[in-house]
Amino acid sequence: MLFLSQIINGLQLGSIYALVALGYSMVYGIIMLLNFAHGDIIMVGGYVAMLTIAAGVHPILAVILAILACVVLGVMIDKVAYAPLRSSPRISLLITAIGVSFLLENLAQNIWGANARPFPNSSIIKGSAINIGGVHIGNTAIVTIAVSLLSMVVLTFLVQKTKRGKAMRAVSEDMGTAQLMGINVNNTITFTFAVGSALAGIGSILYCCTYPQVSPTMGSMLGLKAFVAAVLGGIGSIPGAMVGGFAIGMAEVLVRAAGLSDWTDGAVFAILIVVLLFRPTGLMGRPMTEKV
Amino acid sequence: MRQRVQIPMPVRYLINGVLIVLLFLLGQVLISTGVLSSYYQKILLQVGVYIIAAVSLNVATGYLGQLPLGHAGFMAVGGYTAGIFMKNFPIKGMPAFVLAILLAGIVAGIFGIIIGIPALRLKGDYLAIITLGFGEIIRVILLNIDTVLGFKFTGGAAGLMGIPKYTSFPIVFICVAVTCLAIHTMMKSRHGRAILSIRENEIAAESCGINTFYYKTMAFVASAFFAGVAGALFASYLGLLVPSDFGFMKSIEILVMVVLGGMGSMLGSVLAAAVLTIVPFALQSISQTVADYRMVIYSVLLIIVMIFKPSGLLGTYDFSFTRILEKLINRVGIHDGVAKKGEKSR
Repeated sequence: MLFLSQIINGLQLGSIYALVALGYSMVYGIIMLLNFAHGDIIMVGGYVAMLTIAAGVHPILAVILAILACVVLGVMIDKVAYAPLRSSPRISLLITAIGVSFLLENLAQNIWGANARPFPNSSIIKGSAINIGGVHIGNTAIVTIAVSLLSMVVLTFLVQKTKRGKAMRAVSEDMGTAQLMGINVNNTITFTFAVGSALAGIGSILYCCTYPQVSPTMGSMLGLKAFVAAVLGGIGSIPGAMVGGFAIGMAEVLVRAAGLSDWTDGAVFAILIVVLLFRPTGLMGRPMTEKV
Repeated sequence: MRQRVQIPMPVRYLINGVLIVLLFLLGQVLISTGVLSSYYQKILLQVGVYIIAAVSLNVATGYLGQLPLGHAGFMAVGGYTAGIFMKNFPIKGMPAFVLAILLAGIVAGIFGIIIGIPALRLKGDYLAIITLGFGEIIRVILLNIDTVLGFKFTGGAAGLMGIPKYTSFPIVFICVAVTCLAIHTMMKSRHGRAILSIRENEIAAESCGINTFYYKTMAFVASAFFAGVAGALFASYLGLLVPSDFGFMKSIEILVMVVLGGMGSMLGSVLAAAVLTIVPFALQSISQTVADYRMVIYSVLLIIVMIFKPSGLLGTYDFSFTRILEKLINRVGIHDGVAKKGEKSR
């Protein structure tokens, strides 16, 4: 029974990682950029939700506002910091992403203070836990898993069945050819950032409901672990990000359940290293070939 | 045609040696006459430590063209090695410190090999991430190893306390000079050219018969070695090491120095390390609110530099006193009336 509730915990954490990992993976797939700022978008989303609820806004409206804020921030970051660097070497783009992440974290620290603040999770997810055959399942866990799965289904539909999704797939396949085929590449990239950031916003609310506090640095570790999940699944691959997210969440919960909670971060990075060594393209990634 | 005047190598070494000694004497005089108060001396020592850290990271970032994000991990390895060694070595004093610095470099270098061999098989973003992972793992191990071993080894989260403080101006100065000299001579040798060729184009380098894996590892280990030296100096400067000092943020801070100064420019790294270490202290003395925003300013600077001058402020330009001297001599020679070069530049 204990084992089963640990599985539920793993699924809960894993679904959040999966949502965040999707954002990483989509952005990487389309412009080959490791968006270090993705984790910090999550942090901003958490703060927006907390502050609007504290200001007396209805929780549902606050959640929508937080997701919108994430979308606007994500698109803005792309337009201001990444768009001017489309044709420069990858290393400059990566350093810029680190700079943006650094900027958001320190701005948040200066504006909202360095200390963690409580998050009003009970006003967003109401109700009590349920019991199924002696297994105690928290309400937050059910909502988190359900919302994540729903988001993933919507995303899969968006990418596979709509025209926009087709454009996204085309641009990530070959940007130049996609442009020749009449696809507006810049719009598609912006759209990708918007979708990724919206997922980050949803992930942010769910994360804050699971661990009810917000702090300026909460995004960096969450972001890094979600990134590990994206790499594990094969970066650039959408189903890979989902699988990777659940795997990392599960691994983390199991390490913690084994009484090694101090080592969870180390374990996650150890998984990353092992994956990169034996299967650098991840579980579902496409093999890379290098042209001379 | 007149031959361009070239200063012969032994004379070059002599000139540079004299310059270094003069710089050292200047520092000593400033300290002994009390022009630099103990507060300024402390800043100066920190500048030295960060110069070594930045110059060593520049080997992997600027010259080799990779982006390791775990440099603070090597500093941590060096710092803890030196700290534990000095606390337990029977002989105390300067000889122990010198030994500790060397040992710190060597242990960090060994970690460089251990991490480099798997990490350098990957490229670009993947290398950045795997080194980030290793850096974080080093931090987690330093934080938790005590509970596994069951005795006091690293001091855990409270930190390694009571490290003898030997870091002083002369030893930091010597370390900075030796680091710069060693890296400079390495980069001017055939090994250095091999490393540069990997940065320019790895496949082309490999088809020219360069053992890219060997040279990548070599540059990586050199980078780790000097990071370990910086860590040892840092440990003996503070007297206390805490694992959280060597997190991801520290690696980024050093990377910012290298990138702003110019990837591939030693002068750039030195200047950026000095300026970025001094600026916070200077800001603090002006106003606390400005000092609070220093990280914000850094990150904005980093983004702006990347957008407008991706190679960093100095690019790959490097300072060479003898080159300037040669130019001056040649300029004077022009007045004897041979080439028209001088006209152009005026």
